[in-house]
Amino acid sequence: MNAPAAAASPEWAIDAAGLRCLLGGRAVVDGLDLRVAPGQFVGVFGANGAGKTTLLRALLGLVPVQAKRLRLLGADGVSRRTHVGYVSQRDPIGADSFLRVRSYIAAAWQGERWGLGLRQAAQRALAVEQALRAMEIGDLAERGMDTLSGGQRQRVRIAQALVNPVRMLLLDEPLSNLDPQAQQRILHTARRLCSQQGMTVLMTAHDINPLLPHMDRVLYLAEGRGRLGTVDEVVNGPALSALYGVPMAVARDAGYVFIHPAQGFMAEGNVHCGHEHGEGSGKGQA
Amino acid sequence: MILGLEYGFMRHALAAGSAIALLSAAVGYFITLRRQAFAAHALSHVGFAGAAGAILLGASAYLGLFAFTLVSAVALALTAGHLRSRDVGIGMVLMFALGLGVLFLNLYTANAQAAMSILFGSIVGVTAAQAGLSLGVCLAGLAALAVLYRPLCFASFNPEGAQARGVKTRRLDLLFLLLVAVTVAIAVPVIGALLIFALLVGPAATAQTLSRSVGGGIALSMLLGLAITWGGLAAAYTIGYPASTWIATLSFIAYALAQGWRAWRHATAPD
Repeated sequence: MNAPAAAASPEWAIDAAGLRCLLGGRAVVDGLDLRVAPGQFVGVFGANGAGKTTLLRALLGLVPVQAKRLRLLGADGVSRRTHVGYVSQRDPIGADSFLRVRSYIAAAWQGERWGLGLRQAAQRALAVEQALRAMEIGDLAERGMDTLSGGQRQRVRIAQALVNPVRMLLLDEPLSNLDPQAQQRILHTARRLCSQQGMTVLMTAHDINPLLPHMDRVLYLAEGRGRLGTVDEVVNGPALSALYGVPMAVARDAGYVFIHPAQGFMAEGNVHCGHEHGEGSGKGQA
Repeated sequence: MILGLEYGFMRHALAAGSAIALLSAAVGYFITLRRQAFAAHALSHVGFAGAAGAILLGASAYLGLFAFTLVSAVALALTAGHLRSRDVGIGMVLMFALGLGVLFLNLYTANAQAAMSILFGSIVGVTAAQAGLSLGVCLAGLAALAVLYRPLCFASFNPEGAQARGVKTRRLDLLFLLLVAVTVAIAVPVIGALLIFALLVGPAATAQTLSRSVGGGIALSMLLGLAITWGGLAAAYTIGYPASTWIATLSFIAYALAQGWRAWRHATAPD
């Protein structure tokens, strides 16, 4: 009520222009424009080194970032990052510890505050209970972290990211090394969090196919730039060719998409004969 | 009277031993959690060098202990992010400290007993002032740990998640290493630089095998530390032999039993 301007206008969950993320002095993401509406499920794709992880970490203020405009959850910069849950790509060493699942999730609750937090024990127990329910892992609550399967551990890690009241989830490769069933469980839960709780989810992945039925938007990163849109807008030959600076093609079959260089993976010997192998020529076109 | 409490030296030993056991067990819980046992080991040897240097200069051993361990803790924390391998860096510090310690002892030839008591402790030689210092540092250390508790838990189990929520993990690492340094500094003269794991790592590692919660684990670790210290003192008083030996033995037995229990449970658990 105190801020009618902010309440009245529909705020973007992420509103960025000219985003530039530096990693070791090198601009991994350079000049990215990004507008994500609250409650959207965005799949983030791109080759290794395209800047998927760096982008997520930049939104959390863990990587130096420059931007013409950067607003996160209605506030300038990354000041609202405590409203964002983050699940990193690699399991932290604590993720296969002796702790029981309930205690592991609880360890994150208000973890940025000093003190023992003894007086908030009831609040904490409630928050853990809700996180367990959100990820449908109530049956794992008393299990030891070191007894979980990969898929179970991934759901526990997401539950830990949800234990604080967050409005956005940044999930870095949560599907890697999981079987299709475990992948689907995580995708269904993420979709439900978006639809029912208005959670905004950014999920990086290598294979676009498992995410096709679930995500609202695709963010494709390549060569430091990116393209955000619906699957049809982004995942097509011309859009991806502009992004990569080399001809790309998209094959569709039986509901699957397959992204590949237009000349094919095997044709390198023929294609590159007789002309310069410089990479810089293609870069400036987009 | 039980445990010979009518003697001043036994009262001092019990007071200092209990204080050191409680602080070591609580701090040690996070040392094992954060896999910093080697850093703690190195700090105790740095403490040995500091104590030997202080004795050589005719100062209190504690002065050297606190100065050397605190400076080393800062050095370890500052270099942590830049070293390719932290273990190698710690090993180099450890080696250099021991080299210095040997030099100090070599220069101070008057009393070989001093070296023995720093290396293996002299719990029954504790003075009233030493017991008071140990109690004071124990209370201050536990209070500091309580302040650090939530971010330390979070950062120990999920450092990247903690950073994302704004926990300054490098500053936290420094504060925690300073706490380890202080703990080591009061523990070395009592339990000995070489036997410090008996109280710093043994009870914590045993508790982490037996308890799957953080609060319960820390409480169990502190209880085990107290029991080991009291049991060791009682055995030394009634049976004989050095108290340090008894404490190390009990610490080892508790750890071995816990590991055996876990192995047995894994073998018999329905899968």
